[in-house]
Amino acid sequence: MDDASVPLRLNVNGSPCQIKVEPWTTLLDLLRERLGLFGTKKGCDHGQCGACTVLVDGKRVNSCLMLAIMQDGKEVTTIEGLAAGPELHPMQQAFLDCDALQCGYCTPGQICSAVALVAEGKANDRASIRENMSGNLCRCGAYNNIVAAIEKAREQL
Amino acid sequence: MKKFTYNRAENVAEAVKYASNSGVHFIAGGTNLIDLMKEQVERPDRLIDITRLPLREVQEQAGGGLRIGALVSNAALAEHPLVRERYPLLAQAILAGASPQLRNMATTGGNLLQRTRCMYFYDTATACNKRNLNSGCAARTGINRQHAILGHSPACIAVHPSDMCVALAALEATVLVEGPQGPRTIPLADFHRLPGESPERDTALQAGELITAVELPPEGFPSHSHYLKIRDRASYAFALVSVAVGLKLEGEHITEARLALGGVAPKPWRVSAADEALRGQLIGKRSFAQAAEQLLHGAEGFEHNRFKIELARRAIIRACEEAAKGTAQ
Repeated sequence: MDDASVPLRLNVNGSPCQIKVEPWTTLLDLLRERLGLFGTKKGCDHGQCGACTVLVDGKRVNSCLMLAIMQDGKEVTTIEGLAAGPELHPMQQAFLDCDALQCGYCTPGQICSAVALVAEGKANDRASIRENMSGNLCRCGAYNNIVAAIEKAREQL
Repeated sequence: MKKFTYNRAENVAEAVKYASNSGVHFIAGGTNLIDLMKEQVERPDRLIDITRLPLREVQEQAGGGLRIGALVSNAALAEHPLVRERYPLLAQAILAGASPQLRNMATTGGNLLQRTRCMYFYDTATACNKRNLNSGCAARTGINRQHAILGHSPACIAVHPSDMCVALAALEATVLVEGPQGPRTIPLADFHRLPGESPERDTALQAGELITAVELPPEGFPSHSHYLKIRDRASYAFALVSVAVGLKLEGEHITEARLALGGVAPKPWRVSAADEALRGQLIGKRSFAQAAEQLLHGAEGFEHNRFKIELARRAIIRACEEAAKGTAQ
């Protein structure tokens, strides 16, 4: 850590966080390398796969294409912040119930994206779910069950 | 990415002052810039964070137009009630582009300023005049399926991939800019430039200039507009060809028409003769085909993208037919 580091204040999964970061640190690298939150995944690191999707001030974003320092004062929610204690978030439970994954690498990003999708009011039908989940790739091809899981969770959110 | 200094601009004047020095980039959404910095294609010495500037408003103008702040996100703009009601062509084009995550991040000004680019621009192991002037163009003899058929030069055949800008071109938007010499306006049609012999410059912006807003004129073609995007995937892919159409009709007659093409040129492609070819004509395939001829005049493809010429011709006709039927709700 050289003296290029700048102070950053965030709220991560409900907890305030104060840390110094180098300006070229992405939000994704901050979460994984500095805060030990390994749930958010680095897939392509270019905003094409969606594995790094988190919520910033409630909106889904690609954390790999964001500088951490630019998120000063914001609220970040990762996959680790969705469950209420031991109780899974309805979207997490629906992914399990519907077998909406195979290898699981894209799953945290899929679930964060799906939670935002429902909040946006765009999970109305299968066509809209597919179109509005297009920023999250699943190389195992679990798409049918992902759509089913979102339809299931939608009813409980 | 290369190390850089980071500053947060507190007001427009401060941002402009910072950016008058070389090696300085503004950053807002960062969706294209950070990506290019990771590949060492962009290597700024200093980034000026402009996201705290007060440029997030969408305001009605006295004459009936709309002023869109440069920092309004693509997602917010596409969902804005006034845009959906008066400029559905713009909303449709924005929602055809990128992914929901990227649309949440990307801004109006940043969408304009995403680089005209191709995969050889990203690949620092290949020749690219845009990245490294006078190094050659690997795309001309390479895999050029995505590349330009109009407006290209021997130096560069990359396309500007925006969907939003194609709709803005058809709507004849204006770009508001603040710079060291004060404010000025640039018609969207003149904002992006053709590569010619200097493909490193994508736009008409001068050093230190900052986009503050985009203005739409009152006419938004709300009843008869259509954005048609043809791409290799069903969603989340750049256009092979896209068409923005706005029509005004009296019965079966076209009283006014605006056409723009995307995915085929280094800038949103407008040909005023195509609009004029439709004025006063009856709606129908014959009129639309004539407009297509005008729009595609001089089109020249390469080994892997010659199909785009016929694809564009058919896409123009289909987009006009859809617009004539009425804007999809």
